[in-house]
Amino acid sequence: MDYNEFASESEEKNYTIFAFTENKVGLLNRIIIIFTRRHINIESITVSESEVRGVYRYTIIIRSKLETVEKLVKQIAKQVDVLRASFYPEEATVFQELAMYKIPMSSIVNASEVEKIVRDSHARILTVDPEYIIIEKTGHQEETQELFEKLAPFGILQFVRSGRVAITKHMKDLRTYLREQAEAYS
Amino acid sequence: MSLATELTEKEIKTTTEKKIVTGAQGVLLSLLEEGVDTIFGYPGGAIMPIYDALYDFSDSLKHYLVRHEQGGIHAAQGYARITGRPGVCFATSGPGATNLITGIADAQIDSTPLVCITGQVFSHLLGTDAFQETDVIGVTMPVTKWSYQVTRAEEIPEAIAKAFYIASSGRPGPVLIDITKDAQNASFEFGYKKWKKIASYFPKPKLNLSAVQAAADLINQAKKPFILWGQGILLSHAEEEFKAFVEKAGIPAAWTILGLSGLPTEHPLNVGMLGMHGNYGPNLKTNEADVIIAIGMRFDDRVTGDLKRYAKQAKIIHIEIDQAEINKNVRATVAVNADAKEALQALTTLVEEKQHKAWVQTFKDCYEIEYNKVIRDKLYPSTDKLQMGEAIRVISEQTDGQAVLVTDVGQHQMMSMRYYNFKQLNSNITSGGAGTMGFCLPAAMGAKVGAPDRQVVAVIGDGGFQMTIQELGCIFQYQIGVKIVILNNNFLGMVRQWQQLFHQKRYSFTEMVNPDFVGISKAYGIEASKVTDRDNLQAEVKKMLEHDGPYLLEVVVETEENVFPMVPAGDSVANIRLE
Repeated sequence: MDYNEFASESEEKNYTIFAFTENKVGLLNRIIIIFTRRHINIESITVSESEVRGVYRYTIIIRSKLETVEKLVKQIAKQVDVLRASFYPEEATVFQELAMYKIPMSSIVNASEVEKIVRDSHARILTVDPEYIIIEKTGHQEETQELFEKLAPFGILQFVRSGRVAITKHMKDLRTYLREQAEAYS
Repeated sequence: MSLATELTEKEIKTTTEKKIVTGAQGVLLSLLEEGVDTIFGYPGGAIMPIYDALYDFSDSLKHYLVRHEQGGIHAAQGYARITGRPGVCFATSGPGATNLITGIADAQIDSTPLVCITGQVFSHLLGTDAFQETDVIGVTMPVTKWSYQVTRAEEIPEAIAKAFYIASSGRPGPVLIDITKDAQNASFEFGYKKWKKIASYFPKPKLNLSAVQAAADLINQAKKPFILWGQGILLSHAEEEFKAFVEKAGIPAAWTILGLSGLPTEHPLNVGMLGMHGNYGPNLKTNEADVIIAIGMRFDDRVTGDLKRYAKQAKIIHIEIDQAEINKNVRATVAVNADAKEALQALTTLVEEKQHKAWVQTFKDCYEIEYNKVIRDKLYPSTDKLQMGEAIRVISEQTDGQAVLVTDVGQHQMMSMRYYNFKQLNSNITSGGAGTMGFCLPAAMGAKVGAPDRQVVAVIGDGGFQMTIQELGCIFQYQIGVKIVILNNNFLGMVRQWQQLFHQKRYSFTEMVNPDFVGISKAYGIEASKVTDRDNLQAEVKKMLEHDGPYLLEVVVETEENVFPMVPAGDSVANIRLE
């Protein structure tokens, strides 16, 4: 997908930036500097190996104007150790986050109540310990937040939510992109 | 194996015979493989193994001992700008390396190829706040094109080969290699392979012929086309192709200060300087042109003024090698993401031969207005005190426009850009994007080392001169024959001008009580003189230029002279003021 498709949009919205990179010391810093320079806050960032061995995928979520994200992505793409950078509006991706909740056993007087919340929320119980249980849920932020609210009366000892991971809806694969890119340069 | 290595190994060229050397020797052998013969540097604890090895390389590697690392990096910049090859600079860890940063930032924004090699503490001490330990990779990251920390001797040849390739390819820039002391000391089997390709690095886009055709179509239909050119012309060595294009299409062309000397000043289609202190016509006509052809320039705010009121009527063709510059400040109607030389070769064959006589004449009319209002009084003043413009005119006449002109930052710089008549191509060295005071003296030193047969004239203000004045020591030690002209107004003149125009003449900390510059120069063993009146100017400049070796001439100029025209910061180019 070409970012010019969205060139008319000027309001702030969530964008997902993907950068595919070599696995190099300090590269994370080099990429983050591009955001800090422009005084842009990163909502979340996740780095993991991609479908191509040795190539790492950065998934970066920012709230920004199209014009800004377009410039940011070009500045990321031009870093020496970056193979490709691109961005997408939320609707062009399928995305998830993972959340974990730790609840004290002492507050659970009625176990079936918790079970119902877990089942209704499509969450699952990860660990049961004499002192606590840990519940896990994947979903969009609103969904993990909703579960947080439901569990709050039980006293949440710890809560953590991961950065967003996302996959694009279009069918073009990374190798094709990289091959096309290599052909565009001498 | 990483993807980069996988792809690159197919590209690898020659390998020299393998031999066991130390990491320090490996550094120097690698530099020789890259054709380096000149280094600017300053020793210290963490780089001592390299300096020890250098002792045995003095036949093939000429090292200039600067007096401050900032002097070293600016000298490397001056050298790189005049030779077109990466400048090489050595510094030790900690303060040695942090003293390079101003120059690295300057080179980054002005696209100057540099390879900086810094010593680092032993790798087992990294991160422990060891003596003279600074996270140099971390602090230079925002201002380098690429950087790499070497902790094993075996990595040295590859790191240096990549450094030279990255620094000089595509849009050039500074790279830094930080080498731990143990890596310098360790022995390894040396072999060298030049780097020609990195899988994740895309320096040079292939020319898109349909974009070139679209650009040609716009140009062929244009009634009031206008060319803006920048340093890209010089960096891609496209001066000839550029001239051919300008002449065939008959389009008036104006320059950014880093593009200056890409086309001779007196060329009939060279209509002058863009931007804040540029010429009247080029600024005014930017908002009248129907097609603007921007080549190898990046629409810096000092060129454009207020973007909301910049060239809104024009279709923009942007020829630029760096994809990230396209649509960054000004949206292009047609973007040609390519090397300027290749793009111009293709474009020239597609454009129709034309002469936009009436349109070109409007620039000449503007020049007449500017000449009568501003220029004549600068070049041929009748004031009591000497003026900066006339000093530049005299230097320009006496060097016949053939000198390499190196300037610092401020009023003297703008006057030099405006009034030196460049006849020789690629002869202007100045700090543009970063606006680094203190750049000139060491950069001129580096330029003279890089072009020993050319007359190199450093024009500096009294403020900037005192920022890197210590390099007089280096100039003296190696008898680097640079001619230093201080335009002394005993003020930080450009700041004072702004204070006068925009801060109700509140001259807050801009007046300078200066030392005896001639005395200082002579104490350094550099011949010097001072001129205060018009009658002696010609003779003193002549004496300086004819002197064999370095020379300093202090020209005492008007204290409160202003540079005009001026586009006030944030205003529209159309509101350029002549007074």
